[in-house]
Amino acid sequence: MASPSLMDTLFQRGLDDIIKGVRHQQSSTESIFISRVIEEIRREIKSTDLQTKSTALQKLTYLNSIHFIDMSWASFHAIECISSPTFSHKKIGYLAISQSFSESTPVILLISNQIRKDLKSGNEFEVSLALDCLSRIGTVDLCRDLASEVFILMSSSKVFIRKKAIGVVLRLFEKYPDAVRVCFKKLVESLEGSDSPIVSAVVGVFCELSAKDPRSYLPLAPEFYRILVDSKNNWVLIKVLKIFVKLAPLEPRLAKRLVEPICDHMRKTGAKSLVFECIRTVVTSFTEYESAMKLAAAKIREFLMEDDPNLKYLGLHAISIMAPKHLWAVLENKDVVIQSLSDEDPNIKLESLRLVMAMASESNLMETCRVLVNYALKSDPDFCNEILGSILSTCCQNVYEVIIDFDWYVSLLGEMSRIPNCKKGEEIENQLIDIGMRVKDVRPELVRIARDLLIDPALLGNPFLHRLLSAAAWVCGEYVEFSRNPVELMEALLQPRTSLLPSSIRTVYMQSAFKILIFCIHSYFLQKEDMTSEVSDLASKRQCSESSDLATGKALVQSDQDEGFNPRESNQSYEYPSVVDTGDGQSSTPTFMEKKSLMHESIVNLLNLMELVLSPLSGSLDVEIQERACNVLGFIELVQQEFSNPLIRKEANLDREEVIASRVVEWVHDVFTEELGPVSVTAQDRVPIPDELVLKENLTDLEAICGGVELPAPGSFSLTSPYYGESAVFSVSNLQAEEDSEPSTESTSLLTEHRKRHELYYLPSEKNIIPANDYPPANDPSSSINTNDATEDLVKLADQSLVSKRKPNHAKPRPVVVKLEEGEAAPVVSKKPELKDDLLSGAIHDILLGNEAKAASSQSNPSDKSSSKRKGKAKHVDLLDSKENLAVGEQPNHENPSSRRSKHRGDGKQKSKKSKGKKNGDGREDDGEKESQKIRDHHGRHKSRQRADAPINVVPQTPDIPDYLL
Amino acid sequence: MIQFVLLISRQGKVRLTKWYSPYTQKERSKVIRELSGVILTRGPKLCNFVEWRGHKVVYKRYASLYFCMGIDQEDNELEVLEIIHHYVEILDRYFGSVSELRPWFIVCELDLIFNFHKYNAAYYALDELLIAGELQESSKKTVARLIAAQDSLVEAAKEQASSLSNIISQATK
Repeated sequence: MASPSLMDTLFQRGLDDIIKGVRHQQSSTESIFISRVIEEIRREIKSTDLQTKSTALQKLTYLNSIHFIDMSWASFHAIECISSPTFSHKKIGYLAISQSFSESTPVILLISNQIRKDLKSGNEFEVSLALDCLSRIGTVDLCRDLASEVFILMSSSKVFIRKKAIGVVLRLFEKYPDAVRVCFKKLVESLEGSDSPIVSAVVGVFCELSAKDPRSYLPLAPEFYRILVDSKNNWVLIKVLKIFVKLAPLEPRLAKRLVEPICDHMRKTGAKSLVFECIRTVVTSFTEYESAMKLAAAKIREFLMEDDPNLKYLGLHAISIMAPKHLWAVLENKDVVIQSLSDEDPNIKLESLRLVMAMASESNLMETCRVLVNYALKSDPDFCNEILGSILSTCCQNVYEVIIDFDWYVSLLGEMSRIPNCKKGEEIENQLIDIGMRVKDVRPELVRIARDLLIDPALLGNPFLHRLLSAAAWVCGEYVEFSRNPVELMEALLQPRTSLLPSSIRTVYMQSAFKILIFCIHSYFLQKEDMTSEVSDLASKRQCSESSDLATGKALVQSDQDEGFNPRESNQSYEYPSVVDTGDGQSSTPTFMEKKSLMHESIVNLLNLMELVLSPLSGSLDVEIQERACNVLGFIELVQQEFSNPLIRKEANLDREEVIASRVVEWVHDVFTEELGPVSVTAQDRVPIPDELVLKENLTDLEAICGGVELPAPGSFSLTSPYYGESAVFSVSNLQAEEDSEPSTESTSLLTEHRKRHELYYLPSEKNIIPANDYPPANDPSSSINTNDATEDLVKLADQSLVSKRKPNHAKPRPVVVKLEEGEAAPVVSKKPELKDDLLSGAIHDILLGNEAKAASSQSNPSDKSSSKRKGKAKHVDLLDSKENLAVGEQPNHENPSSRRSKHRGDGKQKSKKSKGKKNGDGREDDGEKESQKIRDHHGRHKSRQRADAPINVVPQTPDIPDYLL
Repeated sequence: MIQFVLLISRQGKVRLTKWYSPYTQKERSKVIRELSGVILTRGPKLCNFVEWRGHKVVYKRYASLYFCMGIDQEDNELEVLEIIHHYVEILDRYFGSVSELRPWFIVCELDLIFNFHKYNAAYYALDELLIAGELQESSKKTVARLIAAQDSLVEAAKEQASSLSNIISQATK
């Protein structure tokens, strides 16, 4: 690139030309245009003429801010521009620098000298440019180098410069905490000034500083208090209130003094922003002051009544801050809150939803949820899910603390999952399982709900609900003994549309089906002893039906394969339910449900159904499914031998086979009926690590051994031979036949296999062995905590309006909820302040502590004249103080509550007298005295500050709030 | 503290950006992209606050321009709205005096003005209004006076630079 010629300089395009040019481009040609301009700029910026260079830089800055064109390459040119003697070049250069420089810009150190020069410039605007720039890009080095210059500017005669210098101090402190030693005094002095822009700037700085480390600024409370009372500037007042919000929790006595002036502002001011800040201050920090809270609530009410959505939103927001401690505020406004639920603004709707949930209690929860669920049905998908989410999270708080009637809650969960837009499957899943494990009494209802969910084929189509269905399937399998009709469940679990489920959930379905099968067979064996006579009848009947089963069954063997695995027969794939019908007969299902007994026939049908559905799956591409299918088929093979030849068996070796089959079933059943309970998150930690187990050893050695073995990702592992499934079945059945003599090992290993693989719902095996150690068994009255006994006879509210009116309840007692021991949550790690803040606050402590050293001593001065009584008291207090300080002297920790308190108790009397006088306003003398005392106070403070400057071994003093505040 | 100031046109074009916290170039364009998606789609009668990624964003539409400020959680939304209004009035006053058009018209056409005139003035006005993310000057008059003073400095420099003698001295260098 040639260096720019005179022509370039003369005909350079200005910023306006570029802006117009960009504007006239189509969006397609815009980027071409811009890249051409950039090329131009690259040429122009090399010009030796600063005018040309700065114009180029200006254009680049514009493109960077609007079109995000990289400009880091031009940083050196920007530095050249700020060193120009011409103001306009400087201005452009500084704008470019503050926009594009960061800590990592390599040339940033080069600007240090130029900024210093400009800070010392006689032109106030050049100074202000440099200050602005420093406030944006100041690095540690820059701040260190320039701190003294900024300090000088803080006492500039020009307000314009002074306030900017004060603004820069914020950056200075943040990057270079040592600057505090230089600037802090000046900063505090500026607080006392009367120039409102200065005060505003200082208060802004303190507002930011106190947000990070409020404790350090506690000693300045009197100054802030004075501003709070005296200032007429709303901007300043808002900032001061923000500071007090931070300080109030640290110094309980502050609140008493602050409440009055804040309420005053709240009543008098017309500025909504100030009113809101007052409200927020009161509701966050002064919650114990009833009258202030009442006033705040009234103001909030005014906000809510306005048409302005901003005020409405903020009003609701303020109420939600109050809600935890002052529920009455929510209840008072519940009409607005409920109305806002249908506001057009999603923000407002969310706020009001939070409030509605905050109002929910044991007594009105049912009604609230009913209203909300109905409302969710009508609202848009996003908000619908917000509603469902907040219901779920409210209800599960503290282990379902608010729920009394679990049957109701479980059916609510079922209802929620049927809402078309529901995307909360995962949360509902967790709660279904959690409740199942924790609340024994609700299990029958839970199974009923789960059954309804499983039977509904429509739910299978919603991918958000799949997790929920897996929970339902698990519940049905685990608590099948509560089911009224296991066969129906089985059909639901094996329905053809389950092919829509992801494989991980499908495996849960299969496992649950297996559990149900075991349960049915087991109960069949139990009752069979009584009905041997019936068997022969049934057997003959069964034989005809079975032959038809077999006929259809064979044709359908592969019919239910997913993904069109065997397209030839896919046309028949959904016919198998008819098989069930022919087998069962229309009437048989209801009858045995009524009798609660299982016929031989229906067992056989179950076996057939399972075999029919699962045998195609034994060739599934998914290893998990395949594994499970094969296991179950193997089991069916084993049991079926017994059922298939009833006549022969009966005559010949009935006893032997019967015993084997029933023993297998017995074992498996025993395993499945093992109760599962909730597990503490820390349970694993409590298991001692065996000595010989080395957990941290490097396992790379295994690499050599296992190197050749590739572990397939789920789904990628495939055994694709279409015949594999059948052969697997056969081989398994052969094995089975051979190992008939040792069925126990086979079946238990099957089970352990299942457990191992299906970890989702299994607990670690130790759990099963010693469950009682880690969680209290359900219904164990001694260990379970039922906090709600007292409320049992309180009721749900019947009122539409969510009033917490309490009606005597017919309701059943709240069932026992198993809870793990408290404190299972990980201990909260207290956040440590960052190192830098430490430095900063440390530096500030030093200054302010020194400060207070004088404050304490000077404190006695003003009281000298006023009355000898006071004087005596003050002296006494000082003595006390110094004594205590000696004691504490070793540790310069400023927080010694006892010393502070004792002092303040003494001061308090003085104060209350004074404030009384002030309030009555009757004594001019009083006022005058106060005034003069204030002045003296300040005076004294200055002195002490100066004194503190000297690195004398001042006794570290507890920073305290001088007496006139407290 | 104010984290950033954005001006976005109704069509989603960015008109001005200013960042008071360190954001990388990538973060900047991401913030703008996502935020304009959120804000521009909001209806006229909704409240002016958006919760977005842990930030609060206060925005207000004037004519065809959206003024957005990202603030901290504990900042006062209404106050920020007032700052925005303040800023708009300052611009209005400034552009009104510069182009001698009726102020109200200027506000309506702010979008245009930003594109054609005195683009940088909007930045400098902001610099006079805020420093380090804090309001530093609450008097409109003062801000206007300061900008005008700086403008005259710039003008003087420009005149000098474009004078014939200067061009000749450049050429003969």
